[in-house]
Amino acid sequence: MTDIFELLKGKPGDVDYEKKGVIVQGITGSYGSVHAKQMISYGTNVVAGVTPGKGGQKFEETVPIYNSMQEAVDVTNAKISILFVPAKFFLGAAKDALNSGIKLLVAIPEHVPIRDTMEALDLAKEKGAIIIGPNTPGIMIPELIKIGIMPPMPFKAGKIAVLSKSGTLLYEISDALTNAGFGQSITIGIGGDPVNGTRLIDAFEMVKDISDLEGLVIVGEIGGDSEEMLAQKIIDLGFKKPTVAYIAGRAAPKEKRMGHAGAIVMGTYGSAESKVSMFNKANIPVAKRPAEVPVLLAGKMEK
Amino acid sequence: MQLLEFQAKEIFREYGISLLDSISSTNIEEGRKHAKQLGYPFVIKIQVPVGGRGKAGGIQKCQNDDEFDIKYPQVMDLEIKGEKARAILLEKMADIKKELYLSIFLNRSKRCYTIIASAEGGVEIESVKTQIIKEIGLGDVSDEVAREVAKEMGLEGKTAEGVADTLKKLSKLTIEKEAELVEINPLAIMQDDTVMALDGKFVTDDNANFRHDELQKYQERTEIEEQAEKSGFSLVELDGDIAVVGNGAGLVMSTLDMLSDNGGKPACFLDVGGGATTESVYEALTLISKLDRVKGILVNLYGGIVKTTVVAEAFLKAYENNLIDIPVFSRLKGTESEKAKEMLQGSRTNIFDSIEEAINAAVMGTKK
Repeated sequence: MTDIFELLKGKPGDVDYEKKGVIVQGITGSYGSVHAKQMISYGTNVVAGVTPGKGGQKFEETVPIYNSMQEAVDVTNAKISILFVPAKFFLGAAKDALNSGIKLLVAIPEHVPIRDTMEALDLAKEKGAIIIGPNTPGIMIPELIKIGIMPPMPFKAGKIAVLSKSGTLLYEISDALTNAGFGQSITIGIGGDPVNGTRLIDAFEMVKDISDLEGLVIVGEIGGDSEEMLAQKIIDLGFKKPTVAYIAGRAAPKEKRMGHAGAIVMGTYGSAESKVSMFNKANIPVAKRPAEVPVLLAGKMEK
Repeated sequence: MQLLEFQAKEIFREYGISLLDSISSTNIEEGRKHAKQLGYPFVIKIQVPVGGRGKAGGIQKCQNDDEFDIKYPQVMDLEIKGEKARAILLEKMADIKKELYLSIFLNRSKRCYTIIASAEGGVEIESVKTQIIKEIGLGDVSDEVAREVAKEMGLEGKTAEGVADTLKKLSKLTIEKEAELVEINPLAIMQDDTVMALDGKFVTDDNANFRHDELQKYQERTEIEEQAEKSGFSLVELDGDIAVVGNGAGLVMSTLDMLSDNGGKPACFLDVGGGATTESVYEALTLISKLDRVKGILVNLYGGIVKTTVVAEAFLKAYENNLIDIPVFSRLKGTESEKAKEMLQGSRTNIFDSIEEAINAAVMGTKK
């Protein structure tokens, strides 16, 4: 398993330690440009942008723009890319990135067809790369690097890992954690699609061995069985760090898609009851409200 | 979207899956003509996009004209899990030896398509113990895998061939139409050992719609849902009286949960998308103003990069244009919330610091 921290920070002694280069695919688009600016002001080292046909120009007078990913990677040697292209162009852009040597691809677009995600994942597997998303807010180490669209205010450096299917709930719950004095060591947006490049269980693998990790927060929602799988994994491993979960969608009707393509209960597959009961089995308390998460976490820590 | 049985069967027919003769209609006059064409006896089947039709009386045998005149309207008037009949399907009766189960679904956690088959069909698959489960990558089923599945179902000879053939057609259809789930339950073995699909379920990947113009005729949307889609919102209509609006699917679901926990009844789920702007919030209020049953609006916005004053402007504009005359209970998180509160002072919008307070007020304020 690739070490996510090594990808995001590098190793002490590297010339680019804690300043890993990030390429923005679709940097001149309305969405891409807003968030490229936000990332730069957060301190992320955006080294290049890619927009076919706009090569040679500069973004905000500083970041060079290239026509292709291969060019951008050849010049910058970056291993991380964030993708802002429309869903229809996701597969092409993802293939470009992976074939150019990108090892961490953060895919922001919503409404990507499942088949395209699965094809991109097959290629990522072949290349030994990680895809986060699609339909994700991104990944961040608070106060160090932000590769995503999350606002900076809710987050603070600390020792809790937060994994979330939902974007706004990630902000909401991190905000509540920060206010209660729980900073975050890393936050990973899984995304709201049926098929995720990085599943909850994969994200858990990325964070479970952080040496000074003090707690884990899992923000799930109805649909699929990602939460159940993770709960089972936590049982099997005997993972003992204080862990708290939140599940959105208890009151949602069955067989209706609740905003996210993946948020749908079919029969019993994907129901909130199934997820809550698996978390209970793993001795993980499930908060009823976002604001309850830090309270339950504090309770777990006292034990 | 989830197709109705007769629509799923139209696609099955296109792929050469064996079916009984059937005709769909939307009124009794049309139905009577079809009855003559088809000939008695047949089955009257309600067409709704949910399961559990048989138990609810939505599938009735029909032997003659007298029965038809009684049963057709009966079935047509049923409401199953809140869903009214979209159409009625008349289908010939079958002389069945045995019922099987066959489906291909998108296995989300394994990130591949998966076959589920069983020698026990005609009941909910969750209740069946002997399921055959096979992961099949991006959806292709080889002759070998198809035969293996039939064998594991305990079938032989002509029936085994028929099931293997059906499975291959089902996988072709899954790939080409980009389905999330295709199910035949039951798949019947007839007296002459041929197999036939007696029911059909088909769920498509809506995100692939742009590649499937041929499926768009099955798309069923209310006027309001259509407008929501145009604005880039997600809207699910519910049967309560408090409209729930927010940004981000997770946040809106969470608000729905908390409202329900406190005895409130949501009238809709409306996600305006990750960001929130004056325009998008105004658009959302416009949509809600068209829902008659709504007595109050609960707004939960996590502004993030957006200033809450921008959202407050949308409310003010809505009052100025007399768009809404019902109370609004809102929690606006983000920058400039103090200023937003000042802007809305004296208007019908009550601003709260926490969502819990907003919900309590909404439940109290919409009683009676």
